[in-house]
This record gives sequence, structure tokens and C-alpha cells, in this order.
Amino acid sequence: MSQQKRVVFRSRWLPWLLLAPQALVIGVFFFWPAAQALLQSLQQQDAFGLSTEWVGLANFQTLFDDASYLASFKTTAVFSLLVAVLGLAVSLLLATMANRVVRAAPVYKTLLIWPYAVAPAIAGVLWMFMFAPSIGIVSYGLQRLGIDWNHLLDADQAMALVVMAAVWKQVSYNFLFFLAGLQSIPKSLLEAAAIDGAGPWRRFWTITFPLLSPTSFFLLVINVVYAFFDTFGIIDAATHGGPGKDTAILVYKVYYDGFKALDLGGSAAQSVVLMAIVITLTVLQFRFVEKKVQY
Amino acid sequence: MVERRPALTMLSHLILVLGVLIVAFPLYIAFVASTHTASEIVQAPMPLLPGSHFLETWSAALFGNSGGGSKAPVGQMMWISFASAMIIAVGKIAISLLSAFAIVYFRFPARNFFFWAIFVTLMLPVEVRIGPTYQVVSDLKMLNSYAGLTVPLIASATATFLFRQFFLTVPDELVEASRIDGAGPLRFFRDVLLPLSKTSIAALFVIQFIYGWNQYLWPLLVTTDESMYPVVIGIKRMISGGDAANDWNIIMATALLAMIPPALVVVLMQRWFVKGLVDAEK
Repeated sequence: MSQQKRVVFRSRWLPWLLLAPQALVIGVFFFWPAAQALLQSLQQQDAFGLSTEWVGLANFQTLFDDASYLASFKTTAVFSLLVAVLGLAVSLLLATMANRVVRAAPVYKTLLIWPYAVAPAIAGVLWMFMFAPSIGIVSYGLQRLGIDWNHLLDADQAMALVVMAAVWKQVSYNFLFFLAGLQSIPKSLLEAAAIDGAGPWRRFWTITFPLLSPTSFFLLVINVVYAFFDTFGIIDAATHGGPGKDTAILVYKVYYDGFKALDLGGSAAQSVVLMAIVITLTVLQFRFVEKKVQY
Repeated sequence: MVERRPALTMLSHLILVLGVLIVAFPLYIAFVASTHTASEIVQAPMPLLPGSHFLETWSAALFGNSGGGSKAPVGQMMWISFASAMIIAVGKIAISLLSAFAIVYFRFPARNFFFWAIFVTLMLPVEVRIGPTYQVVSDLKMLNSYAGLTVPLIASATATFLFRQFFLTVPDELVEASRIDGAGPLRFFRDVLLPLSKTSIAALFVIQFIYGWNQYLWPLLVTTDESMYPVVIGIKRMISGGDAANDWNIIMATALLAMIPPALVVVLMQRWFVKGLVDAEK
């Protein structure tokens, strides 16, 4: 907020009027509900919603004593780690290759970016269809190879399915940023290394990869945020959080507990925990932005 | 390229082609499935080449005259998706332009307060406040309406920052010049600032349109009436039974219909799309 205009307009009421629509929307649909979530997380309603009492941090205590919540934390951690690492690895490989074939790069770019436009829920449906145990084409192929695929029963396979769908959707985004990062690496550095006798493999690991680290770190944070919050549709469409609760990530659990199990206090407490996570991730992201400016 | 290595270039093409094929595979399977009858698909293995029922399936999906679970025509769902995506994209851009204009071009007591209030919304995505937000929307009687589908998603910290950032780079001389010409703030906004912001607006529009079209969790909560389902919700509701009980041909046609508009926007407006992605993360 340090930058300011030297020349400004003068009006007593106009700025308020201009800000009114945004202020109204964030007040009514952001701050009020967020405050409600905070309040509700400290309250307990009886089963009929007739009386409400203050219970302090009891909801949080119950939450962290609840084995299924801790399991959901673990699920989320495994899921986002897999999505981020696989997503980054695949897109870095593709971007590096695309960066080598300079003239064809735009063509590949066009052919690779469209999954960004696919809704997570649609991605979930597509992958679920390919892997559907009795009719899916891929599960049929796997069966021929001797792998019995049934993500409705096998937790690891269910996790693999949602990870694949999530990575598939996110590769486009990572690819674009990696390609831009690669194209901004000074050619002179790579040429100098080549003259010194470093092969492509060596050049990649000693020059390209380190110079890409700001991009990689930035993408890591973005991918974790994506896995945490934007994959609800994939999970709901592909596995419903199942089998059991084995693919129920935190956001899925908030939704499930609040809207299916109708546990308002518990759901609100989960919301508050999620807010804390978002705040941490946002701070991380912004600290990184400062670094990017230096680079 | 640094040196000539034909083998490596071949390998690059190979990997890229492989990547493109894997990425496109689900799309191909969906298309093939949409050209067969439902009973052909459920006999494993499903056919791997397009069949002859393309028109039948797609018209059944679009106009809702199928025999399957969901009767709501996809054509209508697409309209709802399109309308909400447009309202969200245009609404976000409009209110962000206005607030960025206020924050950059005026000095008033609560300026910093508003700036930070908008900033904090970044940390409150729908997912972390679904219960209470749903409560508010239902108290306001906005369930099953376009207003309920769109207004709660219209605030945008990203867009406000982007425009603020851009306005800060606009030379002060332009303000002075328009003042000398006797233009007030609103005139300046309309005749100078808006035309200058065209590129940023186009870039943001692409991103926000896709964001609006692809909404899932929120419409899942606020639409209970089949006539208000956006297509992304509609397709989910079509999958009701077990593997064999669904009309997979129609579901896959719907999936393709649901991804065509945003995919077209991305591919045709690629330049703005990439700019939007990069700008939005600054």
C-alpha cells in the first residue's frame, strides 16, 4: 500500500459509492458467514436446532480426538503431496521437451492446455468412467494384464484414481508456467555450459533446474492449494470420498459433515481449521512473490 | 537450441506426442462412448471406434428426450451455466474495476481499511465457509435463482489487485490532461481508464468465465430444483445407479457438451488466457 498516485480526484461521496457493490458482497457473503463460522465453532446446537449453548473449544477438542478427522488430514496430505509432486514432475518433463522443439512448441501448447478448462467434476466423471470396475475400458485393460481394478473397494486404487484425474487437470497450468520459466532462462548460460562440454542432462540439473526453482516453488504452493480446495468436484464425482472415507479430503469432510450429517458445530470448527490452513498457504505464497521480484 | 542432437529432438517429440495422446485419451473415450447406444457400452470391453449413434445420443442429451434418469435437457443446463458464468465474469470485472478506481484515484479515510478487507477475502474461499454462507443465501431467499448462483461468488480480490496494479502504472499526466479538459472522475474513468484497461479486462474475462462455468460445490448447495441445475451439476445427477444402470452414452455426450464452451474460450482466446493466468498470480 506504499504506492500512491500524486494526482487524485476529490470527492466526498464518490469513492464510497464506487466501493459499495464490492463492500456489500464481501460483507454479506464473506465476512458475515466467516464470523458465523467462528461463532458456531464455539457453540453446540441440540439435535432439533432449538437451543444453542456455548461450549468453548469443545468442538475443536472433539474434532482432534476424532480418528476420522485425523485420518482425513492424512488423506489430504497424501493426496496433495501426490498431486503436487506428480503434477510438477510430468509438466516439467513436458515443458522441457517443448522448450527443446522451439518451432513446434506453440502447437503442443495448444494441445496441452485445454484440460484447464474442464470442470473438476467433469474430470472426475471422465476418469471414473474409464476406470469403472465392470465397464471401464482401462479397468478392462488392466484386468487383461492381471491387475484387478476396483476403486470402489480398494482404497489405494481409489486414491490413485482421484490423483490421476487431479493431475490430468492441473498439468496444463503447470506446463504453461514451466514453459514460460524455461523460455526466460538466458540462452548464453546454456551455451557457455555447452562449450565447456556439459551435455543436455548435466545442463538441465546444474543450470535449468536451479534457475527454475522460483517457478517450481510457486507452482508447488499453487498445486497444494489446488489439491486442498479445488478438487472437491473430482472427489465427489469419482469416489464420493470412498471407499469408506478413504478419499475424503478435508473440504469433502466439511461438506459431508455439515450438509449430509448435519453436524453444524463440528462442520464450523472444521471450517475454522481450514481457514487457518488457507491463511498459512496465502502467506507462503506472498512471501514467495517478494522473492520472485528479486529473481 | 544450443546444439544439434537429432536423437534428442526425436525423443522430445515422442514424449510430447505421448503426453498429448494421454491427455486427450479421456476425451476420445468420451466421444466414442457418446456415439454408441447405452447397451453397447456396458458390454466390456466397450468399442474403441466411434459408432453410428452420434446424432441420436447428442440430440437426446441436448433436448432431454432420453429414457434415462435425468430428464432435464442439457441445452437448458448449458444456458444456465452460460448465464451464470457470464454474470460472474462480468460482475467480478465490473465491481473490481470500480473498487480499484476508488482505491487508486481517491483519498478518503477508510481507504486502507477497504483495501485490506478486500485482500482478506483471498483467504476465505467458498470451501471454508460453506455452511454459514448457505445459511445467508437461504435466509435471503436466493436458493434456486441466478442471484444465488452468482452474487456470492462475485467479489474478487485478485481482479481488484490486478486493476489496482494496472491503474498505478497509468501516467498521472492523463489525469491532469483530462482535468484541464474539464472531465470529472467518472468521465475520466469511462473515456480514459476503461479503454486503457481493455487487455486486462479480456484476460480476466477468460479466467473468470472458466471459473464461473466450472463451479461445482456452490451450485450443488444452492440449486435443489432441476430446472436451475448448471450442466456440471446436471451431469453428476445423471449418474445415479450402478455401472450398468446409467445411460453412459448420454452422460459422456453431456460431459463433452459441458467442456466445449470453456475449452473453446481457452483455445481461441489463448493469448488472453495465458496473460490472465500470469497476471492473476502476481
